[in-house]
Amino acid sequence: MRLITAIVKPFKLDDVKTALETFGVTGMTVSEANGYGRQRGHTEVYRGAEYEVDLVPKVRVEVLVDDDDVEDVIDVIVKSAQTGKIGDGKVWSVPVDNVVRVRTGERGTSAL
Amino acid sequence: MKLDSGNTAWMLAATALVLLMTPGLAFFYGGMVRSKNVLAMLMQNFVCMGIVSVLWVIDLFSLAFGPDKMHGLIGDPATHLGLKTGGTLFVAGVPTAVIAAFQITFAIITPALITGAVADRLRFGPFVLFVTAWSILVYAPIAHWVWGGGWLAQFHSVKDATSGAITKLGVEDFAGGTVVHINAGIAGLALTLVLGRRIGWPKERMRPHNVPYVMLGAGLLWFGWLGFNAGSELAADTTAGYALVNSVVATAAAMLAWLIVEKIRDGHATSLGAASGLVAGLVAITPACGFVTPVGAIWIGVIAGVICALAVAIKFKFGFDDSLDVVAVHLIGGIVGALSIGFFGQDAVNSLGRDGLFYGGGLGQLGRQCVGVGAVLVFTFVMTFIIAKVIDMVWGLRVSRDVELEGLDINLHAESAYDSGGPASHTSIPEANMAGVSSEKVSS
Repeated sequence: MRLITAIVKPFKLDDVKTALETFGVTGMTVSEANGYGRQRGHTEVYRGAEYEVDLVPKVRVEVLVDDDDVEDVIDVIVKSAQTGKIGDGKVWSVPVDNVVRVRTGERGTSAL
Repeated sequence: MKLDSGNTAWMLAATALVLLMTPGLAFFYGGMVRSKNVLAMLMQNFVCMGIVSVLWVIDLFSLAFGPDKMHGLIGDPATHLGLKTGGTLFVAGVPTAVIAAFQITFAIITPALITGAVADRLRFGPFVLFVTAWSILVYAPIAHWVWGGGWLAQFHSVKDATSGAITKLGVEDFAGGTVVHINAGIAGLALTLVLGRRIGWPKERMRPHNVPYVMLGAGLLWFGWLGFNAGSELAADTTAGYALVNSVVATAAAMLAWLIVEKIRDGHATSLGAASGLVAGLVAITPACGFVTPVGAIWIGVIAGVICALAVAIKFKFGFDDSLDVVAVHLIGGIVGALSIGFFGQDAVNSLGRDGLFYGGGLGQLGRQCVGVGAVLVFTFVMTFIIAKVIDMVWGLRVSRDVELEGLDINLHAESAYDSGGPASHTSIPEANMAGVSSEKVSS
């Protein structure tokens, strides 16, 4: 099992969610995040004073998947989140030792 | 003189309009501070409504509007003590009780305006003491000088013939350019010099946490300001009508002017700029609204919008942390407005006013306006500096470094403005804090 974490543009969340549902992913965790990559931030102006805002709002999508599905799910996310402009975000995956469904106590892949 | 129900009805309504300005100001300022300090900002404004209302009825009204004492420096404290004269007619068939209530709202918003200059760093208790002392020692005398028949007196206050009038200077200030805005602006400068800069200013970014609040507050200010300016005629008549239309059109022009400056200078017309521009226009038209034509008001608005937008840079140039630009908007805007009467004044608008330089009146009124502005600048700066310095030395007017960094709301008021929706908002209240309520009752 693996945990896929995707940092995407907030307005692409709906596309990512729909694409994952269509693919067959049954659950996900979504949270608001702030950060920057190579694109850095943007400039805001208040009463003529410029402020560099280097932490840009993003959305973090986390999905637990079976090892066999990792590459496919990553592809789905990348395709649905891509705009081709700077600041599209990143996706990565890490191995997961175990998963437990809290309601039933099921463990491993059956808890996905 | 018998009671005039038309005038009295308008003054009752105008009082309610002006009272709403202070909550409006609280949101105008509150939106501009960081989210950790928004409640402290709101409280500093609301507590002015508390302190000043009570002081005003006890004796401040008498000090400001009582018969002249000490050669025009202060009003007689005995005449209206405890508003015992409330049932008498004050001016134009309006009872003293109504005029006193109307004037409460001016006395409230003036110290409230000061708080913007020292946002994010005032201690609450010492600030309460500051407002008390400042209202007695600064606001009441200056209100008396200009409106109460004191040494700068404009015609307005002598309508009721309580003073001799001939020996007075005749500074024209229809609704509070000197008494309210220059007064609050220069006091804000003095206070920010006593308190010093915020930690991190000007390097650290301290952008507004809620610009919609700022816009909402500015809208409420504009609404209430129509009562502020048109009510200052103390009657429902043609001059009040001029004051009203001028307060709409000068404000509109100033907002547009500020936005044009921003578009040219920064590349974008901003919402904060629209809110700031309209307030600058309101400030500038305040002293002039009952003396100029609507076209004159447009000019005053344009001049104020441009000058105030540019004046925001002064604090960075000289390095004083006037956090929410009280100097640029209220002090500079107030001076623009007070002096504009000397140029744009027309006695056709107000038979009690005098023609300004552009209408054949020469330099006379401009000179009188300069004396009025100068007197308030010097007196208020010195007095405010002394009051703030004494309170700071005895009690400490500024919060500690830790409090300033962590935020005023949680430290001064044990509250936080926003439920972030995070884990903390789902945590149940500890039983120890629910005295007398059993857990069964809570869960049911």
